[in-house]
Amino acid sequence: MLKANVTVTLKKSILDPQGSAVERALKSMKYPVESVRIGKFMEVVLSENDRSKAEEIMHEICRKLLSNPVIEDYSFELEG
Amino acid sequence: MKIGIVRFPGSNCEVDCLEAWRVIGQDPVMIWHQETSVKGLDLIVLPGGFSYGDYLRTGAIARFSPIMNDVIRFAKDGGLVWGICNGFQILTECGLLPGALLRNAGLHFVCSPQYLRVESNGTVFTNEYKQGQIIQIPVNHGEGNYTIDDEGLKSLQENNQIVFRYATSNGQVHRNGNPNGSRENIAGIVNKEGNILGMMPHPERVVEDIIGGVDGRGMFLSVLKHFERRGQRGA
Repeated sequence: MLKANVTVTLKKSILDPQGSAVERALKSMKYPVESVRIGKFMEVVLSENDRSKAEEIMHEICRKLLSNPVIEDYSFELEG
Repeated sequence: MKIGIVRFPGSNCEVDCLEAWRVIGQDPVMIWHQETSVKGLDLIVLPGGFSYGDYLRTGAIARFSPIMNDVIRFAKDGGLVWGICNGFQILTECGLLPGALLRNAGLHFVCSPQYLRVESNGTVFTNEYKQGQIIQIPVNHGEGNYTIDDEGLKSLQENNQIVFRYATSNGQVHRNGNPNGSRENIAGIVNKEGNILGMMPHPERVVEDIIGGVDGRGMFLSVLKHFERRGQRGA
């Protein structure tokens, strides 16, 4: 079994109102914060032990379902 | 005219759509999302709601429901598909319409009457309105902030695909009248061919005086007229 840790974030060109709200909150708490972007973290456990096959599968999963390529970028790391 | 309304787990406007069609004398069928064929239908409605609890992204999981394969085929063959609210989100997720719907810019869920300007009355769905007519149709969503890149926007404009824009009460398309931050105040679009329409507002909720308005009726009548005319031509 291999585990993929997937991060999905809004593309830089897309405004992130949640991130902006959190950024303003942190600034109002006087922390030296430049900016905040909010994304999603997902753990996917695969029943596939071959790393290169797992990578291929994860790219497909990420493109098809876990992210929307119109507005989001994804990255993942394999573990195990 | 045979109308099918797709019911996903978490849809909640499918009965409103059914009733709206009945008001103008039609009798649609409900299609469960596990079904695999839309054979024999003239129009597919993807209703509003929270399919799959809006998990992951709105519309992202519904897009892979068994029925959607045939809806996509039907749409690509030129069949009429009308997505309202969550239905619009599903249509962008499966790539039948360009762009995407993001969290409302103000982060609030918005649920209120909304003025719209009819930007194109040349579609099958809007031919009963006047070009530039101001209508009032309610919105009810947390993720209606339509976004599209510059190139995509240009293409929408050049092909006259923007059907509705959010407006102020006096008909100005201005950010004051924009409930969710959507780009260019876009509230509804069609594909290039004009057979697929997606919109965030809910016309099915304004088809009778007793429920607060009739400004949505024009859309139902437009589609009906389209089929009547087609029938007369014997097509």
